Amino acid sequence: MQIRSMHFKGRASAAAADRVLQGKLATAKGLFVDGRRRAVAEIDLEATREASQAIRNRAVAHLDLWLERFEQEATRRGGQVLWARDGAEICRLVTDIARRHGVKKAIKSKSMLSEEAGLNAALEAAGVQPVETDLGEYILQINDNEPPSHIIAPVIHKTKEEVADLFARVHQKPRKTEIGEMTREAREMLRTHFLSADMGISGGNFLVAETGSVALVTNEGNGRMVTTLPRVHVVITGVEKVVPTLEDLATLMRILPRSATGQSISNYFSVLTGVKRPEDTDGPEHLYFILVDNGRVDLLGSDFQDMLRCIRCAACMNHCPVYQTIGGHAYGWVYPGPMGSVLTPLFVGIENALDLPHAATMCNQCGVVCPVKIPLPDLMRKLREQQVERRLRPWGERAALKLWAWLARHPSLYAFAAKFGVRYLNWLAEGGDRIRVMGVAPSWTAGRDFPTPEGRTFRELYKTRRNE
Amino acid sequence: MQDSRADILGRIRSRLGRTAENAASGRVEIEAVLARREQGPRPAVEADLAARMRVRSEALSSTVEEVARLEDAPAAVARYLAGLNLPSAAVAWPQLAGLDWAGAGLQVEGRAANGDDLVGITGVFCAVAETGTLALLSGPDTPATASLLPETHIALVPVSRIVTGMEEAFDLMRAECGELPRAVNFISGPSRTGDIEQTLVLGAHGPYRVHIVLLRDC
Ligand code: SF4
Repeated sequence: MQIRSMHFKGRASAAAADRVLQGKLATAKGLFVDGRRRAVAEIDLEATREASQAIRNRAVAHLDLWLERFEQEATRRGGQVLWARDGAEICRLVTDIARRHGVKKAIKSKSMLSEEAGLNAALEAAGVQPVETDLGEYILQINDNEPPSHIIAPVIHKTKEEVADLFARVHQKPRKTEIGEMTREAREMLRTHFLSADMGISGGNFLVAETGSVALVTNEGNGRMVTTLPRVHVVITGVEKVVPTLEDLATLMRILPRSATGQSISNYFSVLTGVKRPEDTDGPEHLYFILVDNGRVDLLGSDFQDMLRCIRCAACMNHCPVYQTIGGHAYGWVYPGPMGSVLTPLFVGIENALDLPHAATMCNQCGVVCPVKIPLPDLMRKLREQQVERRLRPWGERAALKLWAWLARHPSLYAFAAKFGVRYLNWLAEGGDRIRVMGVAPSWTAGRDFPTPEGRTFRELYKTRRNE
Repeated sequence: MQDSRADILGRIRSRLGRTAENAASGRVEIEAVLARREQGPRPAVEADLAARMRVRSEALSSTVEEVARLEDAPAAVARYLAGLNLPSAAVAWPQLAGLDWAGAGLQVEGRAANGDDLVGITGVFCAVAETGTLALLSGPDTPATASLLPETHIALVPVSRIVTGMEEAFDLMRAECGELPRAVNFISGPSRTGDIEQTLVLGAHGPYRVHIVLLRDC
């Protein structure tokens, strides 16, 4: 997917002014946030978060050994394990597999890695028709390959009217306005693809080292279709997705759907192991796993290793006030919200996504809800530090900080500046307790007031107290 | 291809500070984790698993009824289908094809489902009371398509096969199957989507309705 993260500010401002978008985000927020709150009340949330964190840490701590074990088991069951360093390699491997098996049409269930790699374009170029089958992803695909704006609710930014227009135009059928009817129409369009595709491409929520299986979570049933009907199944997942045992899977499944959509369990949870057996009447004859690095390995042993625990539940964005205001497109790449603000710079280069680690109020809502306890605000702060260390901040900011550092090393000058500053702010407030327009930086007060300092400076107060 | 594997695993090893010695102790550690099969925290589930199964299934928009024996199932299925004006032709797991479906006025074929089948009848491997979930294993006598392609899925669930949680379901699979079949499908209600305006719609790509027939004495 093309990276547009450098245009964050402009796109975020436009989105922040879009009242219709915020209406949609507010509805979704209500559903996801309230739903999660109800669903997590059924379990011992903190204990389950601790356990989930421990499971993911265990996997990451011996990642090489777990992957070797996974590979051994998956191979023993008839799967073939391939490895991809980056998006280009994913595309090459998948198109090679398609060619080898004479594939004309590939049905896809949601895979974020295929978005990272821009796989659909590569398939088309290789003469294979890719069909997205998750309803949201399908809507985006027929709308000229529009990018998703949320990792589990990809068309959260669209109204049903927009979808109705799109369906009428693309499907060439009478326009429907009822959501149930629209869903039925998409079901019928996609059924023919399900039944005629030669290859299924899926992501994987988890890989199980114990059994060499991939675990797939969906609600629509498209994941099951994609992995049951075509004769070839290709799984594309990040190398960090491995977990040790089936028990670990059971624990994570208590917290993933609850954190994601507020469901106690997703509709379909499939644990898939190996190829169709000779006596079976359904299932794929060929199974490939593509285990992908694309920036993940470099996080091991770094300040950002915690991020490898992520189970892509989207709770962090559902609870983020910044995401709530601007939606997902402004983030400019595959992953929006707090997890995207951390992952995007790490995956595409810190210099290509300078604004993202700053797109936060540091309220730590994300850190509190994250089911695997990733300290997202801390990671954003570390990215900010790296920007400073690598001199990637704008010259104005750097100059201002230099000036401040110089002042701070000259106590009497600092005292004078502070005194002057306080007087200036009091003058701006015109006797009130709020400053409506900040003289030197008016944009600071464009959407909020600035509180007036309380009387004198700290130093002045200190001096008087000591004298008393 | 091979060099990508070597490259990725090599970089993982070097970033983890892997040496010959800690690889050996690491292997011992992962074997211990695999042997321990440690469980996470479990929510309380009441002792009456059938009652819990019923309540949770209904909360997932499935419908539930109870009969005594497997032989009572065809009549129950026929009643259910007639009540909703659904067709009396169905596909069923070959495992169940021997029941007297014709005697209940149904035309049932035991085979994998195709895109034209409107009703699919299956059993279960077991069911999970904690969440009201059906666990189905793929196999020649239990094809996965029967619970997926038809618009209506009817599952016959022996009460003795209801277990507490997913952990017990996995244990049962290890005990009875040795290793996992190609597909373990945990099914929790009819397929659904909330993609358009986050409005819940039942019947996305899989069944529109799931009907559970509990078999009390099985
Ligand atoms: S960072 Fe945490 S909350 Fe956000 S998607 Fe990942 S696991 Fe979920």
